[in-house]
Amino acid sequence: MSQLELKRNKALEARFVADEDVLKHISDNGGVKVRKDRAQLELNIKRFVKKLENISDDDEAQEILEEQNYVAVLGACAEASELAQTPGKNVTFESSQYPEKPASTPKSSKKYSASNKAELKSKKNEFVSTTPYRLRKRLTAPSLRSDSESDYSASCSEEEEEDKDHKETSDVILDQKTPSKTRAAPASKKTPAKKLKEEMTSNLVEEYFEAHSSSKVRTSDRTLQKLQKRKLDQQTLLVLLNKAPPAFTAELKELNQQHESLFSKWMLQLHLGFSIVLYGLGSKRDLLEKFRTSLLQDSVHLVVNGFFPSITVRSILNSITEEVLDHMGTFRSPLDQLDLIMKRFKEDSSLELYLLIHNLDSKMLRGDKSQQILAQLASLPNIHLIASIDHINAPLMWDQAKQSLYNWLWYETTTFSPYLEETSYENSLLVQQSGSLALSSLTHVLHSLTPNARGIFRLLARYHLENKDNPSYPGLSFQDFYQRCREAFLVNSELTLRAQLTEFRDHKLIRTKRGTDGVEYLLIPVDNGTLTDFLEKEDEDI
Amino acid sequence: TTTLTDYFSQGKNDSEDSGLRFATCQLLWKQINSETEKIQEELNKQLFDNLIHFLRQSHSELQTKKTEWMCRMKSSEIPTAALVLGVNVTDHDMTFKSLSEVLQDNVTPYVVSLQAKECPGIKHLLQKLMGQLMDCNVDVDSSEEEECVNISQKKIRCSMASLSKWYESVTKKTDSETPSKKRTSSSRHWQSPPIVVIFKDMESFTTKVLQDFIVISSQHIREFPLVLIFGIATSPMIIHRLLPHSVSSLLCIELFQSLSCKEHLATVIDKLLLTTQFPFKLSEKVLQVLINIFLYHDFSVQNFIKGFQLSIVEHFYSQPLSVLCCQLLEAKKRVNSLSHNQCENIRSLPSFRRYVESQVSEKQIALLTEDSFLKEVTQTLLEDLHIYHENYFTVLRCLHVFTTSLPKYPLGKQIRELHCACLGKSVWETEEYESAIQLLRMLAKDELVAILQKCAEIFISSSGKQFSNTVEKLEEFLARFQNLEETSEVQDVSVSSQKELQKTTDLYHLQKTLLALKESKRSKKLTKFEMLRFEVVDFIDSLVRSYLAPAEMQTLNEVVYFNTANTLREHLNAAPRIALHTALNNPYCYLKNQTLKSDVGCISNTAPDICIVYKLHLECGRLINLVDWLEAFSTVVTAVEGTDPDAVATDQVDEIIHARFIRAVSELELLGFIKPSKQKTDHVARLTWGGC
Repeated sequence: MSQLELKRNKALEARFVADEDVLKHISDNGGVKVRKDRAQLELNIKRFVKKLENISDDDEAQEILEEQNYVAVLGACAEASELAQTPGKNVTFESSQYPEKPASTPKSSKKYSASNKAELKSKKNEFVSTTPYRLRKRLTAPSLRSDSESDYSASCSEEEEEDKDHKETSDVILDQKTPSKTRAAPASKKTPAKKLKEEMTSNLVEEYFEAHSSSKVRTSDRTLQKLQKRKLDQQTLLVLLNKAPPAFTAELKELNQQHESLFSKWMLQLHLGFSIVLYGLGSKRDLLEKFRTSLLQDSVHLVVNGFFPSITVRSILNSITEEVLDHMGTFRSPLDQLDLIMKRFKEDSSLELYLLIHNLDSKMLRGDKSQQILAQLASLPNIHLIASIDHINAPLMWDQAKQSLYNWLWYETTTFSPYLEETSYENSLLVQQSGSLALSSLTHVLHSLTPNARGIFRLLARYHLENKDNPSYPGLSFQDFYQRCREAFLVNSELTLRAQLTEFRDHKLIRTKRGTDGVEYLLIPVDNGTLTDFLEKEDEDI
Repeated sequence: TTTLTDYFSQGKNDSEDSGLRFATCQLLWKQINSETEKIQEELNKQLFDNLIHFLRQSHSELQTKKTEWMCRMKSSEIPTAALVLGVNVTDHDMTFKSLSEVLQDNVTPYVVSLQAKECPGIKHLLQKLMGQLMDCNVDVDSSEEEECVNISQKKIRCSMASLSKWYESVTKKTDSETPSKKRTSSSRHWQSPPIVVIFKDMESFTTKVLQDFIVISSQHIREFPLVLIFGIATSPMIIHRLLPHSVSSLLCIELFQSLSCKEHLATVIDKLLLTTQFPFKLSEKVLQVLINIFLYHDFSVQNFIKGFQLSIVEHFYSQPLSVLCCQLLEAKKRVNSLSHNQCENIRSLPSFRRYVESQVSEKQIALLTEDSFLKEVTQTLLEDLHIYHENYFTVLRCLHVFTTSLPKYPLGKQIRELHCACLGKSVWETEEYESAIQLLRMLAKDELVAILQKCAEIFISSSGKQFSNTVEKLEEFLARFQNLEETSEVQDVSVSSQKELQKTTDLYHLQKTLLALKESKRSKKLTKFEMLRFEVVDFIDSLVRSYLAPAEMQTLNEVVYFNTANTLREHLNAAPRIALHTALNNPYCYLKNQTLKSDVGCISNTAPDICIVYKLHLECGRLINLVDWLEAFSTVVTAVEGTDPDAVATDQVDEIIHARFIRAVSELELLGFIKPSKQKTDHVARLTWGGC
């Protein structure tokens, strides 16, 4: 992936290669098989749960409806997600009861469909008792936010059919545990509701603040892991996407042709001292690329892929000074470098540079200083800037001063084409990027270390994996770790261990965090699957 | 290599006369640009003179009254000019540029301008200061160049001490030179010229840097004359807010107010738009767009001129007949060399077609078939258009004089508002005009006379000959007002009736006389003055009706008027969020496919993936569960592909659909609608609310 391409008379080409790509070259990616066994194990459960859901789907819907009606009566329709639940009831249950589930759920499903109504009722009562209290609390004492935030982590939704039975019981238990809460509620049930109803309007602004007034949101608890969807890596994703049939090709082509007819106008306006910014849905990379190939072949131009995660203004300035101005030497600061560039371009009016920036609003370039420097570059009469933006809030990057430096002309170029290149770098939510990459970086870093250091890391990794099922696992405390390392004859003093840990931390292999008791805890910020693979591989090596 | 002209002509299929058009465009823009610079210069002159006077004063004290200067030095106060410039930050650069030029020409070669972003610390500030001063030095004396370069290359330690040493050496050198040479070379500069440091954006400087600089330089003020100029965008109060008393007491501040951007704009409009000097004109809507951007966005005259430039380019680019948009004589010549295609272009102009329809049939045929006849007519029409403009602007100014004297300004206070009102539609048909005329009929005599005098001046100064009649008429009015004064005999009807009132004692009579009095008032004959006033107002009204016809009604107005306000708004004042939202919400706007046509609020299952995912996400709260989202997506998508939804639901979600979902979600993330959330596993947080 070339991050910066610079072409002068078709001869000159600079390529910047990402670290990740180098790593990819070095190691074959072999960490795809992720917890196959566990997935198999869970399969049965999942199937079952799925069926169960189908059966109780109607009931569920009805229940939700009822709930919502109730909430509507309360006048807090928008707050459906806020329906209070008893804190802390599910966490313990989930972890402890989970293994028993295959045995218990079949029974409960039948029972459920039979005694559905009754259960619902009892459940609703539960709600009645807690909800107004919560609402009132939120209304009267918004400063209690921190409290509700701590509640949040425990909050779970009712929609989880599989957990229903257990929830009932735990609810009841909890009711008894917190009598003060439930008792306080009925007394003040009516007043806050009315109050709320009056205040509530369908105003969007108010809705917004309503939704953000508390940190609690109710959504279902299903996870991708339970769906038994393995994370796809970038390659598979691409292969799969290529299989998807393209849609609206004719219309898209027409759109593109409309944009392409503007090319010569852009050139004209660039030369008249304007800069051009393209906005609108869809990747504008191909469009700009086409613009480049059709009109800029014979002129000096610099392509900046702003979406590249390690692009900096410095690298842009460097390529201008080194490749365009043939200036060798270093600069103390980007400002000095900018001064030199501005000076050279002002002196020599025959110098001309086209600057194409894909995604001027990317994470790396959106900073104030970067934008300032780029704006000053754009203000030079013989640097012609054409850029694209995608983020909805991108225009907020520029204040009046910068806008006038840029001297933008806006062009809407909605292309609807997928952001393939742009999103491939984004650490996407669903794409497994850390998998192969993290594993290879792990092995590479560790291979360069002493055997003792590797031992230290293995020790930590083992401990980490032993505790993987414990959600409240804070990490391994430093003292504990030191003791273990000493016992394994890996270190002889705290100092050496600290030095080793610093090295790990520099490579982002571990993370430290202070617990509530002030003790330092060590964590490995790599997901468990990768870590297991790593340990397996290590064991093979030894 | 392709030139600009090629780019100009490549764009449109209609590339008639493109070379000539582009040349005309460039020439026009050059003229307009130099005109704007001239305006700016004139407007700033007063301010700059004041500043120079200030500098001279602070300087002359050093020169003549040595003792006084010394005493001031002892108190170590730095003479400072606080220059209040207003919020239109974008225009400041121009002001400062010309200011430093003026200062360098008239006062001192040592002018340094600093910007906050260049000076994050005191070190950088001094570096910049020294750097710029050394450069100045090079300009003044070329023999010193090498030495200076050496100095700057050595990167001498930037301190005030070295600065004062440098200043000493520089002034000594000029002193030691032969007096004759000195006179010739730097006669405009004073002896031992002050060092002027301009802080372009005072508010943006960190207080620490400013304070340090002021404190340090006040220590050295004995060694060289330093003058500071603060550029202030907000209010002078900011100096005291930024600097504590101990620091601000080191300054001897004098306040200067620059010209307001409103006045600047008014002058620009007056000189560029309300004149026949430039053939190019803006239509009402375009002008409105530009003025709105000015008033509601930035107050920047610079941006207004930029918009004007863009309109010129767009006009010449899109209108093939704009080749005729030049001075009248030249345009007449160009008409003769028009091609047949261009003649057809003329024939297809809406305004020309209106004109043709109003002609007799023989002439209609001739106009539509004979190119030579068409050209002849075009020439006369162009001349008519020119005369129309001449008259228009004169009468507009005259009407403006009238309307500005009215209470509540029914037709606007500024002449630009009046101009917009007249350009768009027949102004005499509007309600505002009606009320303005009614108010005019109530003007007092002395006001009316003053206004009439002003109008007469306007008409006399205008070049049009056809106004000689009007001027005569106005003078006649004025004379009659004069006569009225001399032969004024106030008919004291009321006085006499009052006397009658006093006489009557019985109620019946009183009632009767009162009724009679009322009757007489209603049917009272107008006084001579009132008659005359009516006459004047009617005359003005007739002028308006005959000369202020809307531009759109003029034949061939398309040649000189730029009227696609939409393009201008799109390019200058774009709404990227709306465009994004429209594309996501209603892809049919862009992809003209019938399957995409759908009702508002429902999710079309044929839409591009990202649209479906976007619409689904709109239904969620602050956090979105990815699994649910994925399932909803696959339900929508599979529904269109005709497969049985039940069959799919029980099975695993298709891998391809999964991949498409991943792509759409990461695209939404790139667009800034969602972000990954750590609050719950497999959840994302929504970043927008409401429409977009």
